[in-house]
This record gives sequence, structure tokens and C-alpha cells, in this order.
Amino acid sequence: MLSENGATPESADETLRQFGFETRAIHAGHRPDPYTGASVAPLYQSSAFAFEDTESAAAYFNLQEYGNIYSRIMNPTVAAFEERVANLEGGVGAVAFASGMAAQVGAFFTMLAPGDHIVASRSIYGGTITQLKITFAKLSLDVTLVDPDDLDAWRAALRLNTKALFAETIGNPGGNILDIAAVAEIAHEHGAPLLVDNTFASPYLCRPIEWGADIVLHSATKYIDGHGTSIGGIVIDAGKFDWSNGRFATVAAPSAEYHGLEFHETFGLYGYLMKLRAETLRDLGAALSPFNAFLYLLGLETLPLRMERHVSNALGVARFLAKHPLVERVRYAGLPDSPYYERAQRYLPKGAGAVFAVDLKGGRAAGQRFIEALTLWTHLANVGDTKSLVIHPASTTHRQLSDEELPATGVTPGTVRLSVGLESLDDLIWDLEKGLHAVKAGLTTGAPTQADARDSMETKEVEAQA
Amino acid sequence: MSTETSANLNGGAAQKVEALDIAEYQDPRTIRRALLTARTVAVVGLSPNPLRASYFVGYYLQRHGYRIVPVNPKEQEILGEICYPSLGAIPFPVDVVDVFRRPEAVPAVAEEAVRIGAKTLWLQFDVISPEGAAIAKAGGLDVVMDRCMKVEHARYLGKMRWFGLNTGVISSKRE
Repeated sequence: MLSENGATPESADETLRQFGFETRAIHAGHRPDPYTGASVAPLYQSSAFAFEDTESAAAYFNLQEYGNIYSRIMNPTVAAFEERVANLEGGVGAVAFASGMAAQVGAFFTMLAPGDHIVASRSIYGGTITQLKITFAKLSLDVTLVDPDDLDAWRAALRLNTKALFAETIGNPGGNILDIAAVAEIAHEHGAPLLVDNTFASPYLCRPIEWGADIVLHSATKYIDGHGTSIGGIVIDAGKFDWSNGRFATVAAPSAEYHGLEFHETFGLYGYLMKLRAETLRDLGAALSPFNAFLYLLGLETLPLRMERHVSNALGVARFLAKHPLVERVRYAGLPDSPYYERAQRYLPKGAGAVFAVDLKGGRAAGQRFIEALTLWTHLANVGDTKSLVIHPASTTHRQLSDEELPATGVTPGTVRLSVGLESLDDLIWDLEKGLHAVKAGLTTGAPTQADARDSMETKEVEAQA
Repeated sequence: MSTETSANLNGGAAQKVEALDIAEYQDPRTIRRALLTARTVAVVGLSPNPLRASYFVGYYLQRHGYRIVPVNPKEQEILGEICYPSLGAIPFPVDVVDVFRRPEAVPAVAEEAVRIGAKTLWLQFDVISPEGAAIAKAGGLDVVMDRCMKVEHARYLGKMRWFGLNTGVISSKRE
């Protein structure tokens, strides 16, 4: 039993203490250094690092000894960020990348070879679908997309060459919650790792590794940054997947880049991470800027506080919208009538995130009028900022799709995606009410939206020129 | 399904837990004690091939001030040190017996480690031998299993901290 005044002699050993999430968000990855005593992880904005002597230099390049070489491969500020996120996610380590998309490429590239197959949830970020389906096809990687809620579909999609399963904790923008443990079991029965993008949850709301995920990915641009300043990504390894199961020569076989070094044999549970850094990051070159890592470290210190307010504001906004007559549907797993409510209670007991989609009555025009009338919510293509953000997929990210094509992507013509920020809840609702008034006015008068007016002006100009 | 997590968030690693509770042999206190107090490390199964994990470990530990004693009956000298055919043939005290052998060879090595009065039996990645560990433990030795002495040194005391590994260290004390 701990004394209320602090540690007892038995519990005084800090190496054994299970520190809380908030403590680790502030301290993991950095302690005051011996030279300056700086309490904040310093910004090492240096491209390269001087070697001690020639033998050290050679040993670093051979991975026989570990030291800073070049910031494309490692950097002390980036390392502090990597360790902090690895700690918060419960992984054995992490490698940061220049963006979330680059982190995905890195994670897959390290484990896969041409001809391999990925099974992925179809309810994920559209940019990821494009990356997997189109860009990865250039690497002779094949992808099957499945309904993430249909466990039989996951199983049915598995092939002999399926080497990875992929999904998001909270799907973008549909808000579906992944049954991580069930999909992890399917992956492991097949001798494949489960990769989970945990961007929308952040490690504060959900830690996929605790549910069986092998690799966790983040677009650090979102809640980890938290303030919308910097693009970045990170890959965290649980250190549990057996890369020596005979299916992953990419990780376990002798490395041609290091004279036949066997990463799995030499680095054990860190084999994949070492490959990811010393080969993939080094060769693909998408390294995170130390300055971005510095800002992320600041962001992480307040992650627990921010996420608490993000989810309480999100719940307030969702409840307001759910009661509104012009709202068709609110797709937020934190509302009891959501089909994902029970699963969110299990996987995200502290809150179902703060990004969700709302289907407005009145279709495409309603979505546009709604956004045009808002003055506090920023209209842009990002999420996970202190500022509340809104986007109308049908007129932006999904603009090329017809009203008939949209539903397959989980988007309707009247869908708007909200990323609920940290402003006063009353102000957020006040602004949304303005948007809904504009929707109502549009439904009654049929007045053109600004976008329609602009389109028709452009048409007139074209006609005049012709 | 082996997804039960024994996630020791502070210690960093979520351990592979099969029938044996390996975590008992991955205690950060034991690991740090061995790293901080050892001077002489007998490397059983040290290979003369610079690309093998055992050579990596021997080279690294030597660079970090440990005296390496190769134990390999097929070789005369590795890393500039005389090779001994067995632990029993080493004519001076040994602190850590670091093992790169198949698990079935471990019990005999553990018995020898007890006999020569070593302080720690350290079994490298995938060298998993509950029987060998029990012998060493009964003989009063500390035991570390399925961990690499080089990696543990590098991430706790060395420069692998710049590789983004989770050390689990939480402290505001100046290093």
C-alpha cells in the first residue's frame, strides 16, 4: 500500500514503477542531458554528427555500434519523440517518418516483397486507399479491400501470399470502430501481422498493441502534434510478431545491404525496427524534420488534457446535431444509438474520438451552404487540431465522384466531416446553428450556393470567350 | 491466440509469453545489475564470423570495456582473446556467462556456470531454456533470458537511445 505522501521504501525504485500515461507523455524519451541539464529535449537541428574516431565511424555504418551518423537515419530530437510515442503506445520502439503516408510506405515496404498481398479495411482514409491500390501496384503489391466489420470477409480475402492486414482504429470518415482483437486473431492464424492506424484515437484513447496489433501507425500531423503545425508520421512496433516464421525473408533473411547481416538473429525483437530504420528509412529518405519532432514533443506533453476536452466537446456537438431536424444522421460512436457504441465502450472507454461525419438533409447543396455559413469552424483538409475543422467531402476530397458513386465510400452528398477542437462548446454550437439556418434557408428558397454561383460565372465567362 | 499483453509499459517491452513466463528473466533490475557490475564476460558459442550475432555482441562489449572470453572448442583466438574449449577451462573468474547455443545445450552450460562461480547466466535471443535457467537460479546465479546483452547495454547505457527504442526510463534527474 502506497503512503499518501509518496513512495514507500519498497516502491521507491523508479525502474519498477508503472508510471501513468500523463507522466509518460511528459517525461518518456528525454531526461536532462549531462552536458547542459536542459529539461526540454533540445532541438538538434544538425544534418550530421561528428564521429569519435575512424573505428567508431566504421562500426556505426556496420551497425556493430550505435551512434548518430546522419539525420536522414537518426537524430537525437527525433529519437526522443520516437521513444515517447513508443512508450505511450506500449511498443518496444518506433521510427518516425516525414508524413503519415511515408510511415505507411515504410512499414509495408520493410515487411513485403513484390507479389505479396495486403488485406485492408475499405473504410479508411481515401489517400491510403489510393496509396495501397494504385501506387503499391507499381511495386507489384496487391490489395483486397474488405468491410472491416465482416470478419468472414477478412478471412475470405486471405491468400497464400497475404502478408499483412491493415485497418484504422476509428475509420475515416465513416467512424467505424475496428474489432482489433478479432482481426488480430485472424491475422495471427495466418502468420501475418496486423497493422493498425491509430491516428484518430491517439494512444490516450486506445492502444491497439494491448489488443493484439503488431504494428501501430500514426499521422503525427493530427492529435500528436495537436496544433496543426507540422506534417509527420510514425511506426511503432509491438515487438511481438515472429518474423522468423518462414514467411518474411524480407526481415529474417541475410541483408544484402549489410553484407549478409541477419537482422532478426542479431537484433531479436528489434529486428524489424532496425530494418525499418537502417534500410527503409535510410534508402527511401522520408526522414522527419527535427524541428517537427521538437513541436511534437511539446504537443505530446498535453495530449491527455487535449484529448479529454476533444472528446467532451465532440460528445456535446454530436448530441446537439443528433437532435436537430435538418440532420439525417450523426455517425459518432460515442452516441448510444451508434452501431459502434458497444465496441467503442470496449476499445475507447475514454471517448470515441473527436472526428466524425454528419449527414445533412438536402444533399450536396446543403453541405456547401452549411460550410459557407460557418465563421468559427475552419474549412480545410486536416483533423486533430486545437481548432475546430470542417470539410464537405462531396465538394472537395470526393468531388470527382457522382452522387451515385459516393455511398460506396461511406460518404453521402450531404455528408460533412467535423474535427471538433478545443474552443468553447457554446461557441461551436452557435456557429453550427448558423450553418443549419443556412441549410434551412436553402431548402426553402433554393438560392444558389457560393460554389454554384462561382461555377455559373465561370460557365458564363467560358461562353463569353467562345 | 498469444495476444495477451504482459505489456510492461515502464520496462518497455511487451514480452512474448508462451508456457514459460519469460518476463521473470527479463527484469530490468537484473539486467542493469549485470551490465553495471560485470567486468568479465565469457561468450559461449562465440563465432569468428564478423557477421554473426555473437561476434557483434563480443565486439560491442569489448569496445565498451568488458573483457571478453571466447568459449569455442574449434577456435584458437577470436577478437584478440584466447579461446577456451569450455567454461571450466578458464583459469580466472567470470562474471557473466553469455550463451549463443541451441536451447538443448543450455542445461550443461548452466551447470558449468554454477561450478565456476559466475554471477549471471545470460541467454541471448531465442536461447530459451527453462531447465537451464532453473539450474542457474538454484546455483545462486541471476538469469536473463531471450535478451541481447549488447542491445540491453546499448539502450540503457549506450547510444542506442538515438534509435527510438523504448527504454522505459522516466526520470528528471540529470544523466
